[in-house]
Amino acid sequence: MSNKKVTGKVWKFGSDINTDLVIPNFAIYLPRNEQPQHCFVANRPGWVDEVQPGDIIIAGTNFGVGSGRPIGDVFVDLGIAAAVAETFNGLGLRNCVNAGLPSLPCKGILDAFDEGDIAEVDWGTGEVKNLTKGTVVVGQALPDVLQDIVEAGGVEIMLKKEGYLA
Amino acid sequence: MGMNAIEKILARKSGQEIVKPGDLVVVKIDTAVSFDYGKLQIQKIHDPDMLVLLHDHVVPSPTLDAANGAVKMRKFVEKFQVKNYFPVGRHGISHVLVAEEGLALPGNILVNGDSHTCSSGALNALARGMGPSEMTYIICKGKSWFIVGPTTKIVLEGELSEGVYPRDVIHYIAGQYGDFAGRNLEWYGPGLDKIGMDGRLTMATISAELSVEFSLFPYDKVLADYLDGRAKREFEPSFPDDDAEYEQVITIDLSTIEPQVVLPNKVAWNSKPINEVIGKKVDQAFIGSCANGRLSDFKVAAEIVKGKSVAPGTRFIMTPGSQEVMRQATRAGYIETLLEAGVVVTNSTCGACYGGHMGLLGDGEVCITASTRNFKGRMGSASAEIYMGSPATVAASAIAGYIVDPRGA
Repeated sequence: MSNKKVTGKVWKFGSDINTDLVIPNFAIYLPRNEQPQHCFVANRPGWVDEVQPGDIIIAGTNFGVGSGRPIGDVFVDLGIAAAVAETFNGLGLRNCVNAGLPSLPCKGILDAFDEGDIAEVDWGTGEVKNLTKGTVVVGQALPDVLQDIVEAGGVEIMLKKEGYLA
Repeated sequence: MGMNAIEKILARKSGQEIVKPGDLVVVKIDTAVSFDYGKLQIQKIHDPDMLVLLHDHVVPSPTLDAANGAVKMRKFVEKFQVKNYFPVGRHGISHVLVAEEGLALPGNILVNGDSHTCSSGALNALARGMGPSEMTYIICKGKSWFIVGPTTKIVLEGELSEGVYPRDVIHYIAGQYGDFAGRNLEWYGPGLDKIGMDGRLTMATISAELSVEFSLFPYDKVLADYLDGRAKREFEPSFPDDDAEYEQVITIDLSTIEPQVVLPNKVAWNSKPINEVIGKKVDQAFIGSCANGRLSDFKVAAEIVKGKSVAPGTRFIMTPGSQEVMRQATRAGYIETLLEAGVVVTNSTCGACYGGHMGLLGDGEVCITASTRNFKGRMGSASAEIYMGSPATVAASAIAGYIVDPRGA
């Protein structure tokens, strides 16, 4: 039994979801606690008022394309339990992992879910169950080194424990 | 089976004989570049000599927040005795500066808290952007991890036609091949011989918009000449083995490429030959950023606007990539030519490219830009439209007031 399972309601997004949609230009220099309220304001206004802690993001290809803006921090602060995408932009994936957000590249995920379905994501094995439809797709679980970062809650928490950060 | 040039750097820096796609490698980082906001809470660092610190996103500080960020950065520089620090006055956009200063070197691994770090791939450096928390990790620990991606080899043949630029080539690739998420590009071919460092740096920079892990150009005569007298350290270029493995080979005849414009909101799968977008009225034209803020970009723009005027109802802003570019463009007379045509030339900064300052777009405005990105809301209002073209396309369009083919301008 993996302890890396999360279950939650699915929000579906398309391909090429970029960093500037997650953290708009005007929000870059706001304090971290004020950034999440602006997430997806350009492409999906009102979403931050509907999303609930424990919900899961499912997206198409090239998720997180764009800048170094720490999209993972925003998703973690909104209580997102996992991000599963057909493919991730490399920097987008790094920023999710380094924020401690369970993340999973998974081919076929977009067709396997309708918005509002309940997903059970096992980010240790890569298995994603659609509990609403009773179907399963299997993604590419991240290497152990990266799973360890997620499990620790992100790199800054790791560095604090080791005395590198005040 | 041999290794390609990217795999060979990853193998060397991770202390392994061989690496292959799918491997996770932990590597020593040679150079870490950080900008604007010093991470003050760092108590101990790996090695001050691996750091390059500078101010680029908002320079000079337009807000109190930015000013206080700069104060933090200077305290960090003093505390840890960082030698490679570029204060305001010697500043530039990080990717432009590390090339100019000979700090991005062949065969090295360079990271930076900005996504366009792959720019330094033009110098045969394995370079990529990192997020802020990971930069903190690297500054503390001096190492990071990479998942080795499959590599596409791009072979350039022939020569660009008059009025067509390296910027058009990378737009063409984005339009024809889409994104390369999780993958690498290596660039070769006789067509590269006539593409100088400025053009290579443009293509390497925009590789970020193709979602590449790394984009690597060869160590050839063009690069060797550029580094001669400039490189700050010894370096070891990386060449592919004769039997190197590539996922695919894409051969492009440069002579067949036309000016290419990227339509608003995304870059992958979103380019059109210019004749499909001619006539779109533009409120703002912009040339700048790590992609196109170099001397050759100023030269192209100055030649196009010389003796003409920016169209009524259109504003044209140019931002040099560094103080050094500004100095050279001034000496060459480009700045005066641009000013006479009614172009606004700003100080070097990331500025308008990311909607930071000096050139934001208002509601419903249309921009043609040679900067890095066209995402919704990127340069200001979310209802603005951002088209991307070569510096020639941008300059010619600024004179016309609408998007035009620079070959007919």
